[in-house]
Amino acid sequence: MSKIDKKKLKRESILKTALKLFSANGFHKTTIPDIANALNMSVGNLYNYFKSKDILAKEIIKYTSEVLGQEIQKVNMQNISSKEKIKKIVELYFKMAKEKPEMIEYFLRVYLSHREVFSDGCEGMLCVSGFVTEIMIFFDSGVESGELRDQDFFSAFGLFMGYLGGMVFLKGENILPKKLDEYINDISENIYNALKA
Amino acid sequence: MARKPKLLWIQSLTCNGNSHSFFNHSDLFSILSHFELIYFPLIETKYTIEDVLQKRVHSDILIIEGAIKEGLIKSGVDIKELIYHYAKESRFIITAGTCATFGGIFKQYEPGNISGFAFDKENKKEDIFNLYEHRLISLPGCPIHPKWLSYVLLMIANRRRIPLDEMSRPQELYAFTVHTGCARNEYFEWKIDTHGFGHKEGCLFYENGCQGPFTHGSCNKILWNDASSKTNVGTPCFGCTEPDFPKEKLFSTKTNMGIPQKMPLGISKRAYLTVTGIAKSFKIKRLEKKVIDYKK
Repeated sequence: MSKIDKKKLKRESILKTALKLFSANGFHKTTIPDIANALNMSVGNLYNYFKSKDILAKEIIKYTSEVLGQEIQKVNMQNISSKEKIKKIVELYFKMAKEKPEMIEYFLRVYLSHREVFSDGCEGMLCVSGFVTEIMIFFDSGVESGELRDQDFFSAFGLFMGYLGGMVFLKGENILPKKLDEYINDISENIYNALKA
Repeated sequence: MARKPKLLWIQSLTCNGNSHSFFNHSDLFSILSHFELIYFPLIETKYTIEDVLQKRVHSDILIIEGAIKEGLIKSGVDIKELIYHYAKESRFIITAGTCATFGGIFKQYEPGNISGFAFDKENKKEDIFNLYEHRLISLPGCPIHPKWLSYVLLMIANRRRIPLDEMSRPQELYAFTVHTGCARNEYFEWKIDTHGFGHKEGCLFYENGCQGPFTHGSCNKILWNDASSKTNVGTPCFGCTEPDFPKEKLFSTKTNMGIPQKMPLGISKRAYLTVTGIAKSFKIKRLEKKVIDYKK
Protein backbone atom coordinates (compact mmCIF):
# COMPACT_ATOMS: atom_id res chain seq x y z
CA MET A 1 0.00 0.00 0.00
CA SER A 2 1.33 3.43 -0.91
CA LYS A 3 1.86 6.16 1.61
CA ILE A 4 -0.97 8.19 0.12
CA ASP A 5 -3.40 5.25 0.35
CA LYS A 6 -2.40 4.68 3.96
CA LYS A 7 -3.05 8.32 4.78
CA LYS A 8 -6.42 8.13 3.07
CA LEU A 9 -7.39 5.07 5.09
CA LYS A 10 -6.27 6.68 8.31
CA ARG A 11 -8.25 9.79 7.46
CA GLU A 12 -11.36 7.72 6.90
CA SER A 13 -10.93 5.83 10.14
CA ILE A 14 -10.67 9.14 12.01
CA LEU A 15 -13.88 10.34 10.34
CA LYS A 16 -15.69 7.11 11.26
CA THR A 17 -14.53 7.12 14.87
CA ALA A 18 -15.26 10.81 15.39
CA LEU A 19 -18.65 10.30 13.78
CA LYS A 20 -19.52 7.62 16.32
CA LEU A 21 -18.30 9.65 19.28
CA PHE A 22 -20.01 12.87 18.21
CA SER A 23 -23.27 11.00 17.60
CA ALA A 24 -23.16 9.10 20.86
CA ASN A 25 -21.83 11.74 23.26
CA GLY A 26 -22.73 14.99 21.54
CA PHE A 27 -20.58 17.52 19.71
CA HIS A 28 -19.55 19.69 22.66
CA LYS A 29 -18.88 16.82 25.06
CA THR A 30 -16.57 15.06 22.61
CA THR A 31 -13.00 16.39 22.61
CA ILE A 32 -10.12 15.89 20.23
CA PRO A 33 -8.20 13.91 22.93
CA ASP A 34 -11.28 11.60 23.24
CA ILE A 35 -11.13 10.89 19.52
CA ALA A 36 -7.35 10.42 19.50
CA ASN A 37 -7.63 8.12 22.46
CA ALA A 38 -10.28 5.96 20.80
CA LEU A 39 -7.97 5.64 17.79
CA ASN A 40 -4.83 4.96 19.79
CA MET A 41 -3.11 7.89 18.20
CA SER A 42 -1.55 11.03 19.60
CA VAL A 43 -3.48 14.30 19.69
CA GLY A 44 -0.67 15.92 17.72
CA ASN A 45 -0.90 13.35 14.98
CA LEU A 46 -4.68 13.76 14.75
CA TYR A 47 -4.16 17.48 14.23
CA ASN A 48 -2.02 16.59 11.21
CA TYR A 49 -5.15 15.27 9.59
CA PHE A 50 -7.69 17.81 10.84
CA LYS A 51 -6.66 21.24 12.07
CA SER A 52 -9.61 21.69 14.41
CA LYS A 53 -12.73 20.03 15.79
CA ASP A 54 -14.92 22.29 13.66
CA ILE A 55 -13.10 21.28 10.49
CA LEU A 56 -13.46 17.63 11.47
CA ALA A 57 -17.20 18.15 12.04
CA LYS A 58 -17.61 19.66 8.56
CA GLU A 59 -15.64 16.87 6.91
CA ILE A 60 -17.85 14.29 8.64
CA ILE A 61 -21.07 15.75 7.27
CA LYS A 62 -19.53 15.77 3.76
CA TYR A 63 -18.45 12.16 4.26
CA THR A 64 -21.87 10.92 5.46
CA SER A 65 -23.61 12.85 2.69
CA GLU A 66 -21.35 11.21 0.10
CA VAL A 67 -21.96 7.73 1.51
CA LEU A 68 -25.73 8.21 1.49
CA GLY A 69 -25.56 9.85 -1.95
CA GLN A 70 -23.65 6.88 -3.38
CA GLU A 71 -26.33 4.50 -2.10
CA ILE A 72 -29.13 6.58 -3.64
CA GLN A 73 -27.14 6.83 -6.87
CA LYS A 74 -27.25 3.02 -7.11
CA VAL A 75 -31.04 3.21 -6.90
CA ASN A 76 -31.17 6.04 -9.46
CA MET A 77 -29.15 3.98 -11.93
CA GLN A 78 -31.67 1.13 -11.84
CA ASN A 79 -34.23 0.84 -14.61
CA ILE A 80 -37.27 0.74 -12.33
CA SER A 81 -40.29 2.96 -11.70
CA SER A 82 -40.22 5.95 -9.36
CA LYS A 83 -42.61 4.07 -7.09
CA GLU A 84 -40.10 1.25 -6.72
CA LYS A 85 -37.26 3.72 -6.26
CA ILE A 86 -39.10 5.41 -3.40
CA LYS A 87 -39.38 2.09 -1.59
CA LYS A 88 -35.72 1.32 -2.16
CA ILE A 89 -34.65 4.73 -0.86
CA VAL A 90 -36.83 4.31 2.24
CA GLU A 91 -35.35 0.85 2.76
CA LEU A 92 -31.76 1.97 2.45
CA TYR A 93 -32.33 4.99 4.69
CA PHE A 94 -33.81 2.81 7.44
CA LYS A 95 -31.15 0.16 6.88
CA MET A 96 -28.50 2.79 7.42
CA ALA A 97 -30.34 4.05 10.52
CA LYS A 98 -30.26 0.50 11.87
CA GLU A 99 -26.76 -0.61 10.85
CA LYS A 100 -24.93 2.70 11.02
CA PRO A 101 -27.17 4.77 13.26
CA GLU A 102 -24.37 7.26 13.78
CA MET A 103 -24.70 8.41 10.15
CA ILE A 104 -28.27 9.60 10.57
CA GLU A 105 -27.85 10.58 14.22
CA TYR A 106 -24.98 12.83 13.24
CA PHE A 107 -27.09 14.61 10.66
CA LEU A 108 -30.01 15.12 13.04
CA ARG A 109 -28.20 15.74 16.31
CA VAL A 110 -24.96 17.40 15.29
CA TYR A 111 -25.36 18.97 11.85
CA LEU A 112 -28.87 20.35 12.32
CA SER A 113 -28.40 21.21 15.99
CA HIS A 114 -25.09 23.12 15.87
CA ARG A 115 -25.53 25.52 12.98
CA GLU A 116 -22.88 27.86 14.42
CA VAL A 117 -20.23 25.22 13.73
CA PHE A 118 -21.32 24.77 10.12
CA SER A 119 -22.18 28.36 9.17
CA ASP A 120 -18.71 29.01 7.80
CA GLY A 121 -17.75 26.45 5.15
CA CYS A 122 -21.01 24.51 5.00
CA GLU A 123 -23.30 27.26 3.74
CA GLY A 124 -26.57 26.18 2.18
CA MET A 125 -26.29 22.73 0.67
CA LEU A 126 -22.52 22.91 0.35
CA CYS A 127 -21.64 19.99 2.62
CA VAL A 128 -24.67 17.83 1.84
CA SER A 129 -24.62 18.19 -1.94
CA GLY A 130 -23.55 14.56 -2.49
CA PHE A 131 -26.86 13.43 -1.11
CA VAL A 132 -29.09 16.31 -2.28
CA THR A 133 -27.86 15.94 -5.88
CA GLU A 134 -29.07 12.34 -6.01
CA ILE A 135 -32.48 13.28 -4.63
CA MET A 136 -32.68 15.97 -7.34
CA ILE A 137 -31.85 13.39 -9.99
CA PHE A 138 -34.51 11.08 -8.59
CA PHE A 139 -37.17 13.84 -8.74
CA ASP A 140 -36.09 15.05 -12.16
CA SER A 141 -36.27 11.65 -13.83
CA GLY A 142 -39.62 10.91 -12.17
CA VAL A 143 -41.15 14.12 -13.48
CA GLU A 144 -39.60 13.67 -16.92
CA SER A 145 -41.07 10.17 -17.23
CA GLY A 146 -44.47 11.53 -16.19
CA GLU A 147 -44.71 9.39 -13.06
CA LEU A 148 -44.21 12.22 -10.56
CA ARG A 149 -45.98 15.56 -10.40
CA ASP A 150 -44.01 18.68 -11.24
CA GLN A 151 -43.93 20.76 -8.06
CA ASP A 152 -41.65 22.98 -6.04
CA PHE A 153 -38.42 21.14 -5.25
CA PHE A 154 -38.33 21.99 -1.55
CA SER A 155 -41.98 21.00 -1.03
CA ALA A 156 -41.12 17.56 -2.34
CA PHE A 157 -37.70 17.36 -0.70
CA GLY A 158 -39.06 18.35 2.71
CA LEU A 159 -41.84 15.84 2.45
CA PHE A 160 -39.53 12.98 1.52
CA MET A 161 -36.50 13.63 3.69
CA GLY A 162 -38.26 15.35 6.56
CA TYR A 163 -40.52 12.34 6.84
CA LEU A 164 -37.67 9.83 6.90
CA GLY A 165 -35.55 11.94 9.24
CA GLY A 166 -38.53 12.40 11.53
CA MET A 167 -39.19 8.68 11.75
CA VAL A 168 -35.55 7.92 12.57
CA PHE A 169 -35.60 10.68 15.19
CA LEU A 170 -38.71 9.13 16.79
CA LYS A 171 -37.00 5.76 16.71
CA GLY A 172 -33.95 7.27 18.40
CA GLU A 173 -36.18 8.68 21.13
CA ASN A 174 -37.66 5.17 21.62
CA ILE A 175 -41.12 6.46 20.89
CA LEU A 176 -41.99 4.16 17.98
CA PRO A 177 -43.96 1.11 19.10
CA LYS A 178 -42.87 -0.96 16.09
CA LYS A 179 -39.57 -1.66 14.38
CA LEU A 180 -38.58 0.78 11.61
CA ASP A 181 -38.79 -1.97 8.98
CA GLU A 182 -42.45 -2.47 9.72
CA TYR A 183 -43.17 1.09 8.57
CA ILE A 184 -41.44 0.76 5.18
CA ASN A 185 -44.53 -0.18 3.13
CA ASP A 186 -46.83 2.44 4.60
CA ILE A 187 -44.26 5.21 4.44
CA SER A 188 -43.28 4.37 0.85
CA GLU A 189 -46.95 4.39 -0.12
CA ASN A 190 -47.54 7.73 1.60
CA ILE A 191 -44.54 9.35 -0.10
CA TYR A 192 -45.57 7.98 -3.48
CA ASN A 193 -49.14 9.23 -3.06
CA ALA A 194 -47.84 12.70 -2.22
CA LEU A 195 -45.45 12.83 -5.18
CA LYS A 196 -47.25 10.99 -7.96
CA ALA A 197 -48.62 12.80 -10.99
CA MET B 1 -8.17 36.75 -65.03
CA ALA B 2 -10.12 33.74 -63.82
CA ARG B 3 -13.85 33.88 -64.23
CA LYS B 4 -15.75 34.94 -61.12
CA PRO B 5 -17.90 32.20 -59.61
CA LYS B 6 -21.57 32.56 -60.47
CA LEU B 7 -23.72 33.14 -57.42
CA LEU B 8 -27.38 32.15 -57.63
CA TRP B 9 -29.86 32.71 -54.80
CA ILE B 10 -33.14 30.78 -55.04
CA GLN B 11 -36.07 31.18 -52.71
CA SER B 12 -38.39 28.33 -51.87
CA LEU B 13 -40.89 28.51 -49.00
CA THR B 14 -39.56 31.54 -47.12
CA CYS B 15 -40.31 34.77 -45.26
CA ASN B 16 -37.32 36.46 -46.98
CA GLY B 17 -35.65 36.90 -43.59
CA ASN B 18 -32.28 35.57 -44.71
CA SER B 19 -32.06 37.67 -47.85
CA HIS B 20 -32.95 40.76 -45.83
CA SER B 21 -30.43 39.85 -43.15
CA PHE B 22 -27.67 39.40 -45.73
CA PHE B 23 -28.75 42.62 -47.45
CA ASN B 24 -27.88 44.39 -44.19
CA HIS B 25 -24.24 43.36 -44.37
CA SER B 26 -22.15 46.52 -44.01
CA ASP B 27 -19.71 45.27 -46.67
CA LEU B 28 -22.27 43.67 -48.96
CA PHE B 29 -21.01 44.98 -52.28
CA SER B 30 -17.38 44.39 -51.46
CA ILE B 31 -18.23 40.75 -50.71
CA LEU B 32 -20.34 40.37 -53.83
CA SER B 33 -17.53 41.82 -55.95
CA HIS B 34 -15.84 38.42 -55.76
CA PHE B 35 -18.73 36.82 -57.62
CA GLU B 36 -20.87 37.20 -60.66
CA LEU B 37 -24.28 37.75 -59.12
CA ILE B 38 -26.81 35.84 -61.19
CA TYR B 39 -29.85 36.37 -59.01
CA PHE B 40 -30.55 37.78 -55.57
CA PRO B 41 -34.10 38.90 -54.77
CA LEU B 42 -33.11 42.35 -53.45
CA ILE B 43 -30.48 43.46 -55.98
CA GLU B 44 -30.88 44.01 -59.68
CA THR B 45 -28.66 41.93 -61.95
CA LYS B 46 -28.44 41.57 -65.71
CA TYR B 47 -30.61 38.47 -65.52
CA THR B 48 -34.33 38.35 -64.83
CA ILE B 49 -36.27 35.94 -62.65
CA GLU B 50 -37.62 34.57 -65.91
CA ASP B 51 -34.08 33.63 -67.01
CA VAL B 52 -33.67 31.74 -63.73
CA LEU B 53 -37.03 30.00 -63.98
CA GLN B 54 -36.42 28.98 -67.60
CA LYS B 55 -32.99 27.57 -66.66
CA ARG B 56 -31.19 29.95 -68.98
CA VAL B 57 -28.53 30.78 -66.37
CA HIS B 58 -25.80 28.78 -64.64
CA SER B 59 -24.71 28.43 -61.04
CA ASP B 60 -21.40 27.72 -59.30
CA ILE B 61 -22.61 28.62 -55.84
CA LEU B 62 -26.26 27.96 -55.15
CA ILE B 63 -27.80 29.58 -52.09
CA ILE B 64 -31.13 28.10 -51.10
CA GLU B 65 -33.43 30.12 -48.87
CA GLY B 66 -36.62 28.58 -47.49
CA ALA B 67 -38.01 25.13 -46.84
CA ILE B 68 -38.63 22.51 -49.50
CA LYS B 69 -42.27 21.63 -50.02
CA GLU B 70 -43.28 18.76 -52.24
CA GLY B 71 -45.15 20.03 -55.31
CA LEU B 72 -44.72 23.75 -54.48
CA ILE B 73 -45.34 25.82 -57.62
CA LYS B 74 -43.98 29.39 -57.70
CA SER B 75 -44.32 31.55 -60.82
CA GLY B 76 -45.61 28.48 -62.63
CA VAL B 77 -42.49 26.43 -61.84
CA ASP B 78 -41.97 23.42 -59.56
CA ILE B 79 -39.51 25.07 -57.21
CA LYS B 80 -38.01 21.85 -55.84
CA GLU B 81 -37.30 20.63 -59.33
CA LEU B 82 -35.71 24.01 -60.16
CA ILE B 83 -33.47 23.81 -57.09
CA TYR B 84 -32.44 20.25 -57.98
CA HIS B 85 -31.60 21.39 -61.48
CA TYR B 86 -29.20 24.10 -60.31
CA ALA B 87 -27.87 21.97 -57.45
CA LYS B 88 -26.58 19.42 -59.95
CA GLU B 89 -24.25 21.90 -61.65
CA SER B 90 -23.19 23.89 -58.55
CA ARG B 91 -19.82 23.42 -56.86
CA PHE B 92 -21.24 24.66 -53.55
CA ILE B 93 -24.76 24.45 -52.21
CA ILE B 94 -25.44 26.69 -49.23
CA THR B 95 -28.68 26.28 -47.32
CA ALA B 96 -29.21 29.73 -45.81
CA GLY B 97 -31.43 29.65 -42.74
CA THR B 98 -33.09 26.98 -40.62
CA CYS B 99 -35.97 26.44 -43.07
CA ALA B 100 -33.66 25.60 -45.97
CA THR B 101 -31.46 23.50 -43.69
CA PHE B 102 -33.89 21.59 -41.47
CA GLY B 103 -37.44 22.68 -42.34
CA GLY B 104 -37.74 25.35 -39.65
CA ILE B 105 -40.89 27.29 -38.90
CA PHE B 106 -42.51 26.48 -42.24
CA LYS B 107 -42.33 22.77 -41.47
CA GLN B 108 -44.85 23.30 -38.67
CA TYR B 109 -47.55 23.99 -41.25
CA GLU B 110 -47.37 20.59 -42.96
CA PRO B 111 -44.77 18.51 -41.14
CA GLY B 112 -45.06 15.46 -43.39
CA ASN B 113 -44.62 17.43 -46.59
CA ILE B 114 -42.12 20.17 -45.76
CA SER B 115 -38.43 19.77 -44.87
CA GLY B 116 -34.99 21.23 -45.40
CA PHE B 117 -32.99 20.66 -48.58
CA ALA B 118 -30.82 17.79 -47.27
CA PHE B 119 -32.24 17.35 -43.77
CA ASP B 120 -35.67 16.73 -42.34
CA LYS B 121 -35.16 18.15 -38.86
CA GLU B 122 -32.03 16.33 -37.62
CA ASN B 123 -32.47 13.40 -40.02
CA LYS B 124 -30.50 13.24 -43.23
CA LYS B 125 -32.52 12.88 -46.42
CA GLU B 126 -30.21 10.10 -47.53
CA ASP B 127 -30.69 10.43 -51.31
CA ILE B 128 -30.02 14.18 -51.37
CA PHE B 129 -27.39 14.20 -48.63
CA ASN B 130 -25.36 11.40 -50.20
CA LEU B 131 -25.50 13.10 -53.57
CA TYR B 132 -24.38 16.53 -52.34
CA GLU B 133 -22.50 15.77 -49.12
CA HIS B 134 -19.22 17.14 -50.46
CA ARG B 135 -20.74 20.32 -51.81
CA LEU B 136 -23.22 21.09 -49.05
CA ILE B 137 -22.78 23.85 -46.47
CA SER B 138 -25.51 24.20 -43.85
CA LEU B 139 -26.11 27.64 -42.36
CA PRO B 140 -29.05 27.29 -39.97
CA GLY B 141 -30.37 30.36 -38.17
CA CYS B 142 -33.60 32.30 -38.08
CA PRO B 143 -32.36 34.32 -39.75
CA ILE B 144 -28.69 33.74 -40.50
CA HIS B 145 -26.28 36.42 -39.40
CA PRO B 146 -25.04 38.26 -42.51
CA LYS B 147 -21.44 37.61 -41.44
CA TRP B 148 -21.98 33.85 -41.23
CA LEU B 149 -22.76 33.86 -44.94
CA SER B 150 -20.00 36.30 -45.82
CA TYR B 151 -17.51 34.09 -43.95
CA VAL B 152 -18.52 31.13 -46.10
CA LEU B 153 -18.54 33.12 -49.35
CA LEU B 154 -15.14 34.70 -48.74
CA MET B 155 -13.62 31.35 -47.79
CA ILE B 156 -14.93 29.97 -51.09
CA ALA B 157 -13.70 33.03 -53.01
CA ASN B 158 -10.26 32.55 -51.47
CA ARG B 159 -10.28 28.81 -52.19
CA ARG B 160 -9.94 27.97 -48.53
CA ARG B 161 -11.28 24.77 -47.02
CA ILE B 162 -14.16 25.26 -44.59
CA PRO B 163 -14.11 22.72 -41.71
CA LEU B 164 -17.63 21.30 -41.39
CA ASP B 165 -19.36 19.18 -38.75
CA GLU B 166 -21.52 16.09 -39.32
CA MET B 167 -24.45 18.27 -40.37
CA SER B 168 -22.25 20.21 -42.82
CA ARG B 169 -22.25 23.28 -40.59
CA PRO B 170 -19.05 25.38 -40.58
CA GLN B 171 -17.32 24.57 -37.31
CA GLU B 172 -15.95 28.08 -37.10
CA LEU B 173 -19.54 29.25 -36.61
CA TYR B 174 -21.37 26.33 -35.01
CA ALA B 175 -18.84 24.42 -32.90
CA PHE B 176 -19.57 26.82 -30.05
CA THR B 177 -22.77 27.32 -28.14
CA VAL B 178 -24.60 30.64 -28.04
CA HIS B 179 -23.64 30.67 -24.35
CA THR B 180 -20.04 31.30 -25.42
CA GLY B 181 -19.38 35.00 -25.03
CA CYS B 182 -22.71 35.76 -23.35
CA ALA B 183 -22.33 38.86 -21.22
CA ARG B 184 -24.34 37.13 -18.47
CA ASN B 185 -21.87 34.30 -17.95
CA GLU B 186 -20.93 35.51 -14.49
CA TYR B 187 -24.56 35.16 -13.44
CA PHE B 188 -24.68 31.68 -14.95
CA GLU B 189 -21.57 30.66 -13.01
CA TRP B 190 -23.10 31.68 -9.71
CA LYS B 191 -26.63 30.59 -10.66
CA ILE B 192 -28.23 33.97 -10.22
CA ASP B 193 -31.52 34.29 -12.02
CA THR B 194 -32.84 37.36 -13.78
CA HIS B 195 -36.39 38.10 -12.76
CA GLY B 196 -38.14 39.22 -15.91
CA PHE B 197 -36.90 40.35 -19.30
CA GLY B 198 -34.73 43.20 -20.48
CA HIS B 199 -32.73 43.55 -17.29
CA LYS B 200 -28.98 44.04 -17.28
CA GLU B 201 -28.54 41.53 -14.46
CA GLY B 202 -29.09 37.81 -14.06
CA CYS B 203 -29.11 34.69 -16.20
CA LEU B 204 -32.05 33.67 -18.39
CA PHE B 205 -31.37 29.91 -18.31
CA TYR B 206 -33.24 28.93 -15.14
CA GLU B 207 -36.69 30.42 -15.66
CA ASN B 208 -36.81 32.48 -18.82
CA GLY B 209 -36.28 29.78 -21.42
CA CYS B 210 -32.75 30.63 -22.60
CA GLN B 211 -31.45 27.84 -24.86
CA GLY B 212 -27.98 29.38 -25.27
CA PRO B 213 -26.10 26.69 -23.32
CA PHE B 214 -27.27 23.94 -25.68
CA THR B 215 -27.65 25.80 -28.96
CA HIS B 216 -24.95 25.69 -31.63
CA GLY B 217 -24.18 29.21 -32.80
CA SER B 218 -22.02 32.30 -32.64
CA CYS B 219 -24.55 34.97 -31.66
CA ASN B 220 -22.42 36.10 -28.74
CA LYS B 221 -19.15 35.94 -30.67
CA ILE B 222 -20.30 37.65 -33.87
CA LEU B 223 -22.70 40.25 -32.59
CA TRP B 224 -25.86 41.33 -34.37
CA ASN B 225 -25.60 44.77 -36.00
CA ASP B 226 -22.04 44.57 -34.67
CA ALA B 227 -23.47 45.60 -31.32
CA SER B 228 -25.59 43.15 -29.42
CA SER B 229 -27.40 39.84 -29.10
CA LYS B 230 -30.67 38.50 -27.73
CA THR B 231 -29.18 37.42 -24.42
CA ASN B 232 -27.23 40.65 -24.04
CA VAL B 233 -30.45 42.67 -24.09
CA GLY B 234 -32.24 40.31 -21.72
CA THR B 235 -34.19 38.08 -24.10
CA PRO B 236 -33.68 34.31 -24.10
CA CYS B 237 -31.94 32.50 -26.95
CA PHE B 238 -34.69 30.64 -28.84
CA GLY B 239 -32.37 27.95 -30.21
CA CYS B 240 -33.14 29.08 -33.77
CA THR B 241 -30.13 27.31 -35.30
CA GLU B 242 -31.18 23.88 -34.06
CA PRO B 243 -32.90 21.16 -36.12
CA ASP B 244 -35.84 21.07 -33.69
CA PHE B 245 -36.49 24.82 -33.93
CA PRO B 246 -39.08 26.14 -33.17
CA LYS B 247 -39.91 24.53 -29.87
CA GLU B 248 -42.79 25.68 -27.70
CA LYS B 249 -42.96 28.09 -24.76
CA LEU B 250 -39.84 29.99 -25.75
CA PHE B 251 -40.01 32.37 -22.79
CA SER B 252 -40.04 29.78 -20.02
CA THR B 253 -37.63 27.04 -19.01
CA LYS B 254 -39.04 23.53 -18.80
CA THR B 255 -38.16 22.35 -15.33
CA ASN B 256 -38.83 19.21 -13.31
CA MET B 257 -39.31 20.27 -9.70
CA GLY B 258 -37.22 23.33 -10.40
CA ILE B 259 -34.44 21.43 -12.19
CA PRO B 260 -33.93 22.45 -15.85
CA GLN B 261 -34.89 19.52 -18.06
CA LYS B 262 -32.31 20.28 -20.71
CA MET B 263 -28.66 20.53 -19.72
CA PRO B 264 -25.83 22.59 -21.18
CA LEU B 265 -24.41 20.73 -24.18
CA GLY B 266 -22.49 17.60 -23.17
CA ILE B 267 -22.88 18.15 -19.41
CA SER B 268 -24.40 15.31 -17.37
CA LYS B 269 -27.23 16.21 -15.03
CA ARG B 270 -25.29 14.84 -12.05
CA ALA B 271 -22.29 17.04 -12.85
CA TYR B 272 -24.50 20.08 -13.43
CA LEU B 273 -26.49 19.63 -10.22
CA THR B 274 -23.37 19.09 -8.14
CA VAL B 275 -21.78 22.30 -9.37
CA THR B 276 -25.07 24.18 -9.14
CA GLY B 277 -25.61 23.09 -5.55
CA ILE B 278 -22.20 24.39 -4.61
CA ALA B 279 -22.50 27.68 -6.50
CA LYS B 280 -25.95 28.38 -5.08
CA SER B 281 -24.72 27.96 -1.52
CA PHE B 282 -22.97 31.29 -1.64
CA LYS B 283 -24.48 34.73 -1.52
CA ILE B 284 -22.55 36.99 -3.86
CA LYS B 285 -23.67 40.47 -2.90
CA ARG B 286 -22.17 42.22 -5.91
CA LEU B 287 -24.13 40.03 -8.32
CA GLU B 288 -27.40 40.32 -6.45
CA LYS B 289 -27.46 44.09 -6.76
CA LYS B 290 -28.52 46.19 -9.73
CA VAL B 291 -25.50 47.02 -11.87
CA ILE B 292 -26.58 50.64 -12.24
CA ASP B 293 -28.71 52.44 -9.70
CA TYR B 294 -30.71 54.79 -11.93
CA LYS B 295 -31.79 57.93 -10.10
CA LYS B 296 -35.36 58.93 -10.86
